[in-house]
Amino acid sequence: MADFLLEIGLEEVPARMIAGAEAELGRRVKDLLTRERLLVPEAKLTTYSTPRRLAVLAEGVQPSQADTEEQLTGPSWKVAFNDGAPTAAAEAFAKKAGVPVSALQKVANAKGEYVGATVRRAGRAATELLAAELPKEVLGLYWPKNMYWRAGKPERFVRPVRWVVAMLDAAVVPLEIAGIVAGNASRGHRVLHGPAPVTLDRAKSYAETMLTARVVVDAAERRHRIRKALDAATRTVPGARWREDALLMETVVHLTEWPTVILGSFEREYLALPEEVLVTVMRDHQKYFAVEDTEGKLVPHFLAVLNTEVDEEGCGIVRHGNERVLRARFKDAQFFWDFDQKTPLTERVESLKQVTFQKDLGSYHWKTQENLRVARELAAATKPACTTLDESALLKAVELAKTDLTTELVKEFTELQGVIGGLYARAQGLGERVAVAIYDQYTPASMEDNSPVSVEGQLLGIADRIQTIAAMFAIGNAPTGSKDPFALRRAANGIVKILAESELPLTLVEVVEASGAEGANREQVLAFLRERLHFYLKEVRCFGYDVVNAVLAAGADDVRDVIARAEALCKARESADFEAISAAFKRMKNILRQAEEKGFALGSPKSVKLAAEAQQLADAAGLLAEEVTLLRQARAYPRALEVIATLRPAVDAFFDKVMVLDPDETVRGAHLGLIDEVLRGFSGIADFSEIVTG
Amino acid sequence: MKRELPLSSTLQTPVVPPTALTFQDLLFRLQGFWAERGCVLQQPFDVEVGAGTMAPETFLRVLGPKPYKVGYAQPSRRPADGRYGENPNRLFKHTQFQLILKPPPVNVQELYLQSLEAIGIDLSRHDLKFEEDNWEWPAGGAWGVGWQVMLDGLEITQFTYFQQCGGQDLDPICAELTYGLERIAAFLQDVDSIYDIVWARDPETGAPVTYGEVRLEEELQLSVYNFEVGDIAKLWEHFNLYEAEAKSLLERAHDLLTSEKTTAVEKKRFPLLAAYELALNCSHLFNILDARGAISVTERVGVIGRIRALVVGVAKAYALQQSS
Repeated sequence: MADFLLEIGLEEVPARMIAGAEAELGRRVKDLLTRERLLVPEAKLTTYSTPRRLAVLAEGVQPSQADTEEQLTGPSWKVAFNDGAPTAAAEAFAKKAGVPVSALQKVANAKGEYVGATVRRAGRAATELLAAELPKEVLGLYWPKNMYWRAGKPERFVRPVRWVVAMLDAAVVPLEIAGIVAGNASRGHRVLHGPAPVTLDRAKSYAETMLTARVVVDAAERRHRIRKALDAATRTVPGARWREDALLMETVVHLTEWPTVILGSFEREYLALPEEVLVTVMRDHQKYFAVEDTEGKLVPHFLAVLNTEVDEEGCGIVRHGNERVLRARFKDAQFFWDFDQKTPLTERVESLKQVTFQKDLGSYHWKTQENLRVARELAAATKPACTTLDESALLKAVELAKTDLTTELVKEFTELQGVIGGLYARAQGLGERVAVAIYDQYTPASMEDNSPVSVEGQLLGIADRIQTIAAMFAIGNAPTGSKDPFALRRAANGIVKILAESELPLTLVEVVEASGAEGANREQVLAFLRERLHFYLKEVRCFGYDVVNAVLAAGADDVRDVIARAEALCKARESADFEAISAAFKRMKNILRQAEEKGFALGSPKSVKLAAEAQQLADAAGLLAEEVTLLRQARAYPRALEVIATLRPAVDAFFDKVMVLDPDETVRGAHLGLIDEVLRGFSGIADFSEIVTG
Repeated sequence: MKRELPLSSTLQTPVVPPTALTFQDLLFRLQGFWAERGCVLQQPFDVEVGAGTMAPETFLRVLGPKPYKVGYAQPSRRPADGRYGENPNRLFKHTQFQLILKPPPVNVQELYLQSLEAIGIDLSRHDLKFEEDNWEWPAGGAWGVGWQVMLDGLEITQFTYFQQCGGQDLDPICAELTYGLERIAAFLQDVDSIYDIVWARDPETGAPVTYGEVRLEEELQLSVYNFEVGDIAKLWEHFNLYEAEAKSLLERAHDLLTSEKTTAVEKKRFPLLAAYELALNCSHLFNILDARGAISVTERVGVIGRIRALVVGVAKAYALQQSS
């Protein structure tokens, strides 16, 4: 058994792309080895990556494929041999099978006697196969952004390939990728090891050998080292801890080959700047971890993850350099903060005319006026059922929501739009409700994010998003397939999530109507929101697709009601009675469909004397329908579903004993009318016929 | 961004050790390093540009198959970035050292690291990272992929593999290295304000001449002009005149370069380079108008489109001219 190593040496790959590519390369190598019957069952595959390399080590590779034997069956014996002499047919078959005529055998099966041939194929060597097949796999890797680098543009890849290592144990597999012939020489850390090649003895010792060249090829190992180093560096500040940040951690793991950490400091006076600004500078611009005290408040330190290891003097130099950059950035932020205060948000509304919202629609001034109109409608729909809404605060927040786009701080830190506006509103004494609503206007930014905390923030968030969606749809910018350049799906997801997680008494229809969308546009926007609701239920709430279809069929407008019904249905479907009911409902629906196809009319169940079981079903259904309706109106869905399940004996007996499609037209009509009534009466919570039953 | 504050930056000049590389030494070293590696050293281009990329030595030379290696310092004007000389980290006009390597040698990154050593950066005592940063100039129909090179958390160089220029695929591609000279000098001299950078030092007395002494007046006056004084109507008039001239050249270029009757000499003589300079003038005037707040929302996209039409038009015609 041999070990196979592949390492692709690259110029620095963008950090955000590395983990995905590492996994994909591992998959592709594994699939190739499996497809070519080169992998033993107990084989172990390990993937590695750094900014400058992607690697896979497969332990348990066959040096060559096993030989194979195949039985081919040809023409009938009689046709192939005439008195023992081979005919043209025998010769043709032998040629096709690649064996001499003398090797043909007689095989008998149920149909008679035929000519057979045993074809033996020698397995191909792993080296030969890998050299032929692996380059295609490597060049087939998906990258979000590719480049050409060689003249004539023979291939595209994320960054230029600079070396390739491919080894089967100690032997080089001479494959070629992007003009580079593989060898056994890797490269070490740019600075700590320098440009000298790193010769690998065997595939298996890859990770170990690379450590001597100051490269930690295992990303998990680097993560571990970084965490330990962060802990150690933070220990020098009493009572402090570093702030966890999963995304930042992944970034620095993929920016380093040999990570170490230094602790730096900044002047205490900068702590007067809002924490959001400080953290954004440290995390997004400088990729530093923030340091906080036990109460979670920032302390004037930061942690930088280096891609090198420096001596004590070097440590001082690197720390000084990083502190210098951070100080300049904080100083800038301080300057912008002070500068922006000179023009309060209330004086910035007019200058929104200079900021484009969308070239075919208008400026953010236009957008603000539109948002105000939508927010008024939403407030009107909300007010009767919501006593906590402060409408004037809402309208003030909507009016000022986009003004922070004209501030220097937002021009510098675009990712803080909204947040900065909220902070300025607070600093300028515009009222806490106004400030909080502005602050939260872009939340939730993703499905993992929280919704706005205040009613005004929720309404501002919905007004802003639905206005954007309706206006974009109206000028033909609806998303298509994978193309959604205006992130309208995310906007609609935000609306659904806010409705799902707030107490707002708004339906999707009310939201769309508030946007002012009319005619075909209204229908499109509504369908779009419903599609997003479907997505939310399935992908975010993880309801089964049949549950989602069942509850949406009974109403897709009131988001929280849909969720409550889905939750009740999930619980109810675990009972055997309920499953039987679902199956029966499906049967009823099928019967009604058939009846319609055949042109059978529905009649009244009261028009004839029904068979006993049919009458019992009608009675039971009539009795329960009333109770279920009351429970449904009270939104006591779990109880309502329990009650519906008690219909089972009557339904079972009905299908056992009664022939629904009775030859007598009147009886048949009455039966059809009965099951139609049952279906209608009990489908207000969900269309049970959608439920997949075992 | 008008602000009424005293010009404070030169009040107390920090002491820069005499051994630290001056601003002009930094440029000399970079020029020397790349000249030794076969680059043509050009002088700064003398029409206003926002970046070294826009100078014809980059924008036009990267088109077509002919290999070329060139380096030059390029004062780069961005009117909206002006701060009246009051912000220690921002300039209306900063200096790039721009390098084009076409095609890029396989060891281009190693060469770049050597150039850092050449300006006195001991990499064993610094933290260096290549972080993804892709570059795009929509008005020039140009883009590339690459990195910002971070030294101890400071972006010191933009490293780009050009992929397209003037809306055309490049083959071969080229590597573009853009060193931010002010930043690197402030880093090497350990000063917090660009204006405190020692530009030159008297070899006899060691007396420094600072960046502020050389350039502060220009930053202030050009900020005043770009933000307050520039005559909007006249700026538009200039824009329209330059555009009209460039357009008429491009129209003639099209007829001439696609006609079978044109001789090789006639094609070669055609002044496309002049058309390019006219287009750059439009681009700079647009930037001033923008800083003046004179470009309305509805106009903006349209004006950028007009500049793009000129710039991309020149690139296309230039490629045609070169291949004929």
